[in-house]
Amino acid sequence: MTAKVLTMTSGKGGVGKTTAVANIAVALASLGQKVCCIDGDIGLRNLDVVLGLENRIVYDLVDIVEGRCRLRQAMIRDKRLEELYLIPAAQTRDKTAVSPSDMIRVCDELRSEVDWILIDSPAGIERGFKNAIAPADHVLVMTNPEVSAVRDADRVIGLLEAEQKGPASLIINRLNPDMVKRGDMLSVEDVLDLLAIKLIGIVPEDENVIVASNKGQPLALDPKSRAGQAFTNIARRLMGETVPFLDLDAHNFLDRLLGRK
Amino acid sequence: MGDTVQSTIQIKGIRDGLLITLGEGDWQEQRVACLTGIDEKPTFFQGARVALDVGRNELRVAELSSLRDELSERGISLWAVLSESDLTQRTAQNLGLATRLSKPKLPEFLSPPESEPIGEDTARWVKGPLRSGVKIEFAGSVVVLGDVNPGAEISAGRNVIVWGRLRGVVHAGANGDEAAVVCALELAPTQLRIAGSIATSPREEENTQPEVASLVDGQIVARPWQTV
Repeated sequence: MTAKVLTMTSGKGGVGKTTAVANIAVALASLGQKVCCIDGDIGLRNLDVVLGLENRIVYDLVDIVEGRCRLRQAMIRDKRLEELYLIPAAQTRDKTAVSPSDMIRVCDELRSEVDWILIDSPAGIERGFKNAIAPADHVLVMTNPEVSAVRDADRVIGLLEAEQKGPASLIINRLNPDMVKRGDMLSVEDVLDLLAIKLIGIVPEDENVIVASNKGQPLALDPKSRAGQAFTNIARRLMGETVPFLDLDAHNFLDRLLGRK
Repeated sequence: MGDTVQSTIQIKGIRDGLLITLGEGDWQEQRVACLTGIDEKPTFFQGARVALDVGRNELRVAELSSLRDELSERGISLWAVLSESDLTQRTAQNLGLATRLSKPKLPEFLSPPESEPIGEDTARWVKGPLRSGVKIEFAGSVVVLGDVNPGAEISAGRNVIVWGRLRGVVHAGANGDEAAVVCALELAPTQLRIAGSIATSPREEENTQPEVASLVDGQIVARPWQTV
């Protein structure tokens, strides 16, 4: 196996990177892929909580880098999916505990073990971001349909181009079709127009995402969830399938017809 | 060892912080000399804004960004890289670093590119899109093929021509040339400056026709391109 290393980044905080990494990892694993997530947010770790693996952490990324454990020992196996692993971030250290070359070394060692390595980047464009993108084969840039998030995504895409990281793919998260229709939210076209990179996913706003994150049970496994379905579609597209984008308007029409919110 | 370090790098105070001039020769040696020089007086450099003159060294993104990281680990912010090499200048611009020191005599927002004899009538060709955080400075005209996104900045001694949507901040005639113009296929800059005048775009209107902005009686006026 030679894993493909994907890094999720956004510039701005709070756009949904961690939730997306958890959901895409779950989706890939349930499609039969062997996946390892790495939480790059040292000092502010979250991915373990969203995946519901918080209480099983013994060793973390900094322990691997500083030689206190072997790579295998820090890989936590998921409760539900046999082929899903997490390497958590250290909570008591900061971004300087790891360097970009450490990240490349850890990922190179991990490449032979899994099909996919998903790295969750912290917000910002400083050390943590540089650590997260250093080993990446492909970068996923996430934004929300709002001006400040798109501005930061644009800056990040510029930095990725400057670092010669190849063309990134875009995920637009928390799209609210009703607000777009009223002209109160940027549309997918508005965002693509400015950022001019390839779109790989549109995730509708869905309050179940928050419920699922709090419970540590990613939505991607729930076939009724539109957001979960959107994440599964992203996983399929990553694997090379051509999957049409969800028709979000149809969803609203059906909902209104059935009297759902 | 200490003697060679002293002789190869020069440090001087300028209006915008410190200017470190590296000697000619192998980049790795110059880099080490620079860092060694800094590590000898860590308190002096702590928190400093530094411009770096790298002479003829041809530097790529990886080299310049790793030096910038090493400086930032020492609490030093690198804001400008001066170079005689086009490649290095482009690299610096890609990293969002200035490539010229500003002139002290003009007001703050006017800080223009240094004019040079060959600069006036030449144009710099830039491939877009210019993304947020990128700053292009040039003494002559600047021609952009592609969009200029919000958060990007262009400062030109003469004209700015954008074959695309102009949504960032643009300054034409940054040396005080009041005849400078700004043209774009879609002219919707965050802020537009010509010489010493500033204007912002009217928020509402969608204009889809190419326009040219120029100074008329001290006011910035935008008109459809074809009538010029």
